[in-house]
Amino acid sequence: MSCIEEKFAQLRATYPKELNSSLVMPFLRIMLDEKKSLGESDAVFIANYLGLPAMQVKEALTWYTMFYRHPVGTHVIKVCRNIACSLMGAERIIDHLSQKLGIKPGETTADGRFTLLLVECLASCGTAPVMQIDDTYHEQLTEAKIDQILKGLS
Amino acid sequence: MTSERIFFNFPVTADSHTLKAYQGRGGYQALENALKTLQPIDVEKEVMASGLRGRGGAGFPTGSKWSFVNKKAPVVYLCCNADEGEPGTFKDRWIFEHNSHQLIEGMILAAYALNVRNAFIYIRGEFDLSFRRLMDAMSEAYKAGYLGENILGSSFSCDIRVMQGGGAYVCGEESSLYTSIEGFKGYPRNKPPFPAVQGLYKAPTVVNNVETLANVPWIMTNGAKAFSAMGTEKHPGTKIFGVSGHVKKPGLYELPLGYPLKKLIFEECGGILNGKELKAVIPGGSSTPILLPQDVETANLDAECLSTYRTMLGSGGVIVIAEGVCMVRLLHTLSRFYAHESCGQCTPCREGSAWMNDIISRIVAGKGVKGDLESLERITKGIMGNTVCALGDAASMPVINFITKFRAEFDYYIEHGRSMNDGRLEI
Repeated sequence: MSCIEEKFAQLRATYPKELNSSLVMPFLRIMLDEKKSLGESDAVFIANYLGLPAMQVKEALTWYTMFYRHPVGTHVIKVCRNIACSLMGAERIIDHLSQKLGIKPGETTADGRFTLLLVECLASCGTAPVMQIDDTYHEQLTEAKIDQILKGLS
Repeated sequence: MTSERIFFNFPVTADSHTLKAYQGRGGYQALENALKTLQPIDVEKEVMASGLRGRGGAGFPTGSKWSFVNKKAPVVYLCCNADEGEPGTFKDRWIFEHNSHQLIEGMILAAYALNVRNAFIYIRGEFDLSFRRLMDAMSEAYKAGYLGENILGSSFSCDIRVMQGGGAYVCGEESSLYTSIEGFKGYPRNKPPFPAVQGLYKAPTVVNNVETLANVPWIMTNGAKAFSAMGTEKHPGTKIFGVSGHVKKPGLYELPLGYPLKKLIFEECGGILNGKELKAVIPGGSSTPILLPQDVETANLDAECLSTYRTMLGSGGVIVIAEGVCMVRLLHTLSRFYAHESCGQCTPCREGSAWMNDIISRIVAGKGVKGDLESLERITKGIMGNTVCALGDAASMPVINFITKFRAEFDYYIEHGRSMNDGRLEI
């Protein structure tokens, strides 16, 4: 926990007291980056640290989709399935990834390397179809391009 | 910075996003000039006179929005809405990746006009390069004395804090956005009170889109007159249009407002993919009503003209759909999205968007029944106007529109249990 607390303290020092509650989102993000998925105790920890009601942080944790509450794989693959990507072959891309990884969307491979998620618009419609692996965007996808990208991942 | 473009007026290179490059293009001179020679009210007046309207979707006059704020209030907040989430919209990313400083300078000018000490940029949690480029630009701006205490030796101080979202579409709604900044789940709030009176932490608050704020340095440099000389009389300036879907050259195009939609699709974007015919166009992000080919012949891209076609300019996210696409399955991608993104606060939207998606899912699965379309219409009536924010309306409008404009396709799908276009989305 100490590394997280260090980061918390660093950020908190740059926020005036009246904006204390605005640290909830950034803290959840810092915690997520460290732990990959979050639970109730994490929300309580943040609430206690900031002196806020535990329920407020718990609600935030469970309401935002990016704060995973289940363990995810080493790499999280998010494929856009919204309108622009659909028009450019998102279904084909999703099927290919599913087949290649041997899992359905929402699942994690048995070796824990990959989690496949379907997400809504990633704001990259001009270069559809699009997926995001961990933080990085991969645009104008084709089946061959996906194979290459997956091969290049450790 | 005197070209007829406000954004795409420099060649993008490996370091064109840096402070040095921005300064080389005349960047931060508007800020220096304002702090030395102008009163805050002068900045507001110039923006008011330019006729700048919000670029995020609603198109509200920016100067008016600023004028509603009591600048003598003990605290005033400015929030930049960078939660770019409306399907079809990808313009703000370009600003972050290639010219974050233009936004930062615009925000400092806005903060000066509004007497803001603490400002926020609420950026989509998924953004990666955009976020990194923004953070780099922020530290450059702090180091150069454009942000922080006593900016450029003046008595004006301002801090900008960047907050990453959590993946909620609704947080692009202004009250949801500042509720999220306050560290809560992003439930939108009832209006009134409007944010200009009571917003973030109950203080007067202005929420402006990225592109809106990034226009401000250009306006202060070149003057309101030069700005209002571009575009149309009622909707001046340029706009970054993001074209996606079935065109040969999708991407971003900065054009004067009022630009003909047909020219954008068939000249700028090279026409329809694979030489197909045009079937429909969504002009301003997924929740704006859809246009048919005959509308595209004559429609211009500005708020007034598009309102005569009963649609909206929205965020400028133009989605082009070619002949052969199954509109039933296409609507399903949208109904699924809105059902997923409904925040859960208002019953009509929470339940209604899910019901609509259930019905459309059933039709797509070949199990539609007679009366489904009437049920959908009835549900939209129950949602629209009965919710705190506009997400319910946004979820309803595509449903009504698709059903009305492509009725035969829906009837066929329900009657035969299959698509008359083989269920194709890709062409």
